[in-house]
Amino acid sequence: MLILAVKVDEHPAWADAVGVARGLTDDVHAVVFDASAVDELPKQGIRVAHVVEHEVLGDYAPEAYGEALAQLVKQVQPSAVVAPGSEKGNEVLAHLAARAGLPLAANCTQVGGTGRPWQLTRIRGGGMLLEDAELDASCGLFTVQPGAGPSNGTAPVDAVDVHRFTPELAAELARTRVVDRAEREAGVSLATAEVVVSGGRGVGSADGYKTLEELAELLGGAVGCSRVATNNGWRPHSDQVGLTGTKIAPKLYIACGISGATQHWVGCMDAKAILAVNTDPEAPMMTRSTYSVVGDLHEVLPAVIDEIRARGRVDQASG
Amino acid sequence: MSLDILVCVKRVPAPGAKVPLTEDGRDIDTRHLGFTIGPHEECAVEEAVRLVDKHGGSATVLAAGPPEVAEQVRYALAMGANQGVVVDTGEDELDPQATAAAIVHAVGELDTSFDLIMVGNESADAGHYQVGVRVATELGRPVVGGIKGIDVLDGSVRLRRDVGSATEVYELPLPAVVAVKEGLNLPRYPSLPGRLKAKKAQLRTVSYRPEPGGLRKIRLRQPEDNRAESVLLGHGAAAAPAVVDVLEELGVC
Amino acid sequence: MTNTLSAQLPDSADVVVIGAGIVGNSVAYHLAEEGWRNIVLLDKGPLPDPGGSTGHASNFIFPVDHSKEITMLTLDSMRQYEKFGTLTTCGGIEVARKPERVEELKRRMASAKAWGIDSELITPERVAELVPFVDQSILLAGFCTPSCAVVDPLQTGALMREHAQQLGALTVSANTEVLGFDVVDGRVRGVRTDKGDIATETVVISCGVWSPRIARMAGARIPLTPAVHQMIDVGPIPELAETHTEIAYPIVRDMDALMYERQSGADLEIGSYAHRPILHEPDEIPSIEEAALSPTQLPFTEDDFDPQMEDALELFGSILNTEGAGVRHAINGLLSLTPDGSPLLGETPEVRGLWSAAAVWIKEGPGVGRMLAQWMTHGHSEIDLHGADISRFYPHQRVPAHVRARTAEGFNKTYGIVHPREQWSSQREQRLSPFYSREKALGAEFFEVAGWERPQWYESNRPLVEEYGVQDRPHEWDARWWSPIINAEHLAMRERAAMIDLSAFAQFDVSGPGAVDYLQRLCVANVDRPVGRLIYTPLLDVAGGFRSDLTIVRLGPDKFRVITGGADGARDRKWFLDHLPESVSFADVTSSVCTLGLWGPRARDILSAATDDDVSNEGFPYGTAKEIVVGGVPVLALRVSYVGDLGWELHAPFEQGARLWDAIAEAGEPHGLIPAGIGVYGTTGRLEKGYRLMGAELEAEYDPVEAGLALPKVKSADFIGKEAYVAARESDPAALLCTLTVDDHTSSDGIARFPQGGEPILTRDGRRIVDRKGRGSYVTSAGAGPSLGKYLLMAYLPPEHAVEGTKLQVEYMGEQYPVTVARVGRKPLFDPDDARMKA
Repeated sequence: MLILAVKVDEHPAWADAVGVARGLTDDVHAVVFDASAVDELPKQGIRVAHVVEHEVLGDYAPEAYGEALAQLVKQVQPSAVVAPGSEKGNEVLAHLAARAGLPLAANCTQVGGTGRPWQLTRIRGGGMLLEDAELDASCGLFTVQPGAGPSNGTAPVDAVDVHRFTPELAAELARTRVVDRAEREAGVSLATAEVVVSGGRGVGSADGYKTLEELAELLGGAVGCSRVATNNGWRPHSDQVGLTGTKIAPKLYIACGISGATQHWVGCMDAKAILAVNTDPEAPMMTRSTYSVVGDLHEVLPAVIDEIRARGRVDQASG
Repeated sequence: MSLDILVCVKRVPAPGAKVPLTEDGRDIDTRHLGFTIGPHEECAVEEAVRLVDKHGGSATVLAAGPPEVAEQVRYALAMGANQGVVVDTGEDELDPQATAAAIVHAVGELDTSFDLIMVGNESADAGHYQVGVRVATELGRPVVGGIKGIDVLDGSVRLRRDVGSATEVYELPLPAVVAVKEGLNLPRYPSLPGRLKAKKAQLRTVSYRPEPGGLRKIRLRQPEDNRAESVLLGHGAAAAPAVVDVLEELGVC
Repeated sequence: MTNTLSAQLPDSADVVVIGAGIVGNSVAYHLAEEGWRNIVLLDKGPLPDPGGSTGHASNFIFPVDHSKEITMLTLDSMRQYEKFGTLTTCGGIEVARKPERVEELKRRMASAKAWGIDSELITPERVAELVPFVDQSILLAGFCTPSCAVVDPLQTGALMREHAQQLGALTVSANTEVLGFDVVDGRVRGVRTDKGDIATETVVISCGVWSPRIARMAGARIPLTPAVHQMIDVGPIPELAETHTEIAYPIVRDMDALMYERQSGADLEIGSYAHRPILHEPDEIPSIEEAALSPTQLPFTEDDFDPQMEDALELFGSILNTEGAGVRHAINGLLSLTPDGSPLLGETPEVRGLWSAAAVWIKEGPGVGRMLAQWMTHGHSEIDLHGADISRFYPHQRVPAHVRARTAEGFNKTYGIVHPREQWSSQREQRLSPFYSREKALGAEFFEVAGWERPQWYESNRPLVEEYGVQDRPHEWDARWWSPIINAEHLAMRERAAMIDLSAFAQFDVSGPGAVDYLQRLCVANVDRPVGRLIYTPLLDVAGGFRSDLTIVRLGPDKFRVITGGADGARDRKWFLDHLPESVSFADVTSSVCTLGLWGPRARDILSAATDDDVSNEGFPYGTAKEIVVGGVPVLALRVSYVGDLGWELHAPFEQGARLWDAIAEAGEPHGLIPAGIGVYGTTGRLEKGYRLMGAELEAEYDPVEAGLALPKVKSADFIGKEAYVAARESDPAALLCTLTVDDHTSSDGIARFPQGGEPILTRDGRRIVDRKGRGSYVTSAGAGPSLGKYLLMAYLPPEHAVEGTKLQVEYMGEQYPVTVARVGRKPLFDPDDARMKA
């Protein structure tokens, strides 16, 4: 059984996709759109790579990626195609699915069976629920939820057998290609910060975030917020953690005055540790957190900031 | 240029801290839940209304599902959309192929040929991430997802998408399909006059029973919550030393 | 959580209060103030907002209500909120769009004056001055109460808990679910929770919409229905935002649209009582986890609210149309409705030690807590709670179908114009006397009391109206739920005789070796009288206020029949059972006895035609009872009268009632006997004789001396309230019950108007009359005295005004009418020596 694992971008969930594929078969081929990506493949134990090449594919172009994959699938006739359940992984496989007329299961945490049908589990609502489903198709298309792959590593291989594949792509498929790219303003990114200090309804106002910013800065972290804060205009949407905001997995998530509705929880549940501060000890965020402090965040946070500063002085003095 | 825009919205339950399931596990138990349109789609409606305000044209809202989806269509009308379409596909949840087929069918039934079709990047409940792409492909239109910025130019749209620390720019010729994300704008709350107008609006209903696709839902489950009991560090400001102990332990300070 | 607000539950407690909304907190706090210790307060939800109605209520208070009891609870609550610093006075205006509402606002003015609340009727222009955003062109008038306020019940509850905890009296346990009760021999012994069991003899259920569910676990019924009240918030509105405060403008109650609008920060909050009744089941309310907002904030059902949006836009269009203002929040909030709209307070009749404090609004919460704590501690409360007493309901009134039907009917009356005599249309024909079919055939107009259908008057008597020349009432409001036939029936009774269906009486048989002592303990009058004697007696609470008044017949050495009014029967039953010793047996015989009254100068002629027994004055003197046979039916006949004429109450086996009716009717025909309704019995006949009515003149806030019902001597036996009764006799009364006559009924429109009760009595120069205990004078009963040719009012007046001949006035529908004090005390205006009754 042959499974193609498609690498769309640098998203780490690609490893999860490969892992899930390898759980089904030893015969896993990589598909890459960037020849330089081949160098990494031996480490991941992949022996065969299909390098897709065409001038339309010069930059990310989801329609063209999808069409190219459709042609490749037709040629190599895999049993399944997997891709990372990242934004672009989902987008590219959706194009493949639409063009090939195949069903697609997005954000799977498990795939089993040998096809016709496949048994799978996927997440819904960003992780609010799990869905057990069947997928019945000549070629199974799956994207894999980040983190769902097996944690055990794979023995590396010495070399990769590279197959070059040049699809026939109409020039008009370039219409959805990236035409420009700009770096956004620097600062600690919410998505990658080790510590996120986040505030919700309990912060009470845009001004109220000053304390959160101060603590975030002290800890070298980023500020986040809940949807309430965005909707009230207290914070930009780019700070929003949750189902329709950013999903994060920091070392520590400090949730201040956030009740923890499901839509928010799915955005922060992958944090290694969660510290919740809330006046309501039974708010869902408090009961689901690793650590909790009962109290008004406007009293707790300044005290924490003072304590950090005080210890810093002590350390300097003793050092 | 004047724009005729179609916004596709989905009726989704608005759950609390726990999502209750029906006894057979096939569906969310919505007895005590309200319904809403997802945040992405709310932004799509808002954007459509703003674009029509700016450029002229019309904003049509479409929802596929049971007849009750009219509630969400009317909500969008209350936000300022001009026309509403209900695609009655019956009570059962549709798979993404069937949803796309129903939308494509309904678009064919309507007289307007839309310059721009807007969808949410993914639905708030099922999250299949593919309906917009399938609709666009079937209609032979370009589509890009993850969009948080739209500028209408003459005969095209310029789109912005945040990817990591960069912003990608796309330029799609019209007619096109755009899958948007929350953050595109701050949607308005429907006004009282808007609500009254929406209540009186005549909705177009298209009935259609699409063929099922290849993805079949078996059942829904609650994810396991393996987290240990929360450790209470204290009350109020007095908890600060314990908090900082934890910060040090975690190596973040 | 390893540690929460929830402390370790004790194994036992003096009292467990279930439900930590405003009511439960207030009960716990006041119990602590009353000296209780070891109080446990539980809630299934988290604190400070456990998810009940307290957490989403609109939190405003309009103090004026037509009900004195509710108004007094509200005023007490406002004082408490103020004390805790959680009350913000903002004023409030009830506005009228329709002429009928203008009349209702005038009636509210009268209630405001009666209860001593500063209010004024204002013009639409003035409304617009106070609330600049309203469209005054659609308004006719406003009723403005400057003391209207918004409060913070969650904060108040937290402060109350804190205070009780500081007293060392209270253990609070949130997130604690009640799983059941231990009930032994009808008495509560413990509460079982998911955090452990607590042994206790006293439990208070203050669980709002969940109360019925919790009570059922103990085998009691708390008759309320969770019902939806829709609320939306529209904003942001710059004109409101710029005030930078929660509320800067008076609250507007748009009474004709059955809705209200209040500022809430930058938003205008709109609440409605206009939509269809949306009732829920207490068992079906979602859990905290399942609910998107809270268990009592259910998803908004838009269609139900749409008509109200149009009304709101009409009145507040200028700000609701603001660019950028939208519906930011919309809920179907749950509140508790009861079959008669009043709260459910007191010990449940089913389970001793199990108390209800349910169906209470934010405006009454603290006051209810204080009164209930007094009641639990001392057996009575400062404010008479008879209208809210949970034991007022008969069994049929506690079944879910009845509760649902009446709450559905009552919901839209929340802001409605409700006539004081208005009858319910649902759940009728619940209790029918054996005379019912005869009465129906005679065209009886039935009014309901305690589920009984009772003729108020008979259409068959309409010819009497002309015969006696009775005038109709020219104003529709005065004539609503009334007929001139009542007065005609009255005059025919005084001239000939009338038969009156009294089967709604509640009747108890009390017997056994301890019966005399038992009744002596309950009654002010000496019950140790010869067999066959009738004893009229007040029953008092410990503080000497009225608990009841009723008639007792000594049937045998150790056997008594207790006869009391249908309206109070269920409460009286509980009172009797609560004090019942083992040596006495108690039987409620209400359902086995029917009663027909026969009164009038021809009554003896009629009765003697139907019986072979001696019914002469010598053979059957006034104030006695005898077993006789009437038309072949064994009857307990009582020579007594509440209407002031010669006659009897005839008590017969229920199933023989029809025979009794026919026998009397047949015997009466040659004498011109008519059937008469309760309009005569309860109002015209009674008022002419100055008889007092429980719940009107008689209530806990007044004592027998003030009511003119003190007996010549104080019996030697001890009885409940004796000490206070003796003290009252020895001091000058603060007020005396008087009968007044209306001197001139003519309104400024030139038509005759008739006060209906509840109106303030004022001095001729328009000042309120208040006695030294702070109680204002108001009309306790009003009605015609056809034989006197006068319209009569009863009212308590302080001694300086309680002087026969004193000229005062009554305010009715915005106008003052001159009245004169015709009688002080109990001596009847009609037939002062009772010669007719004793003939």
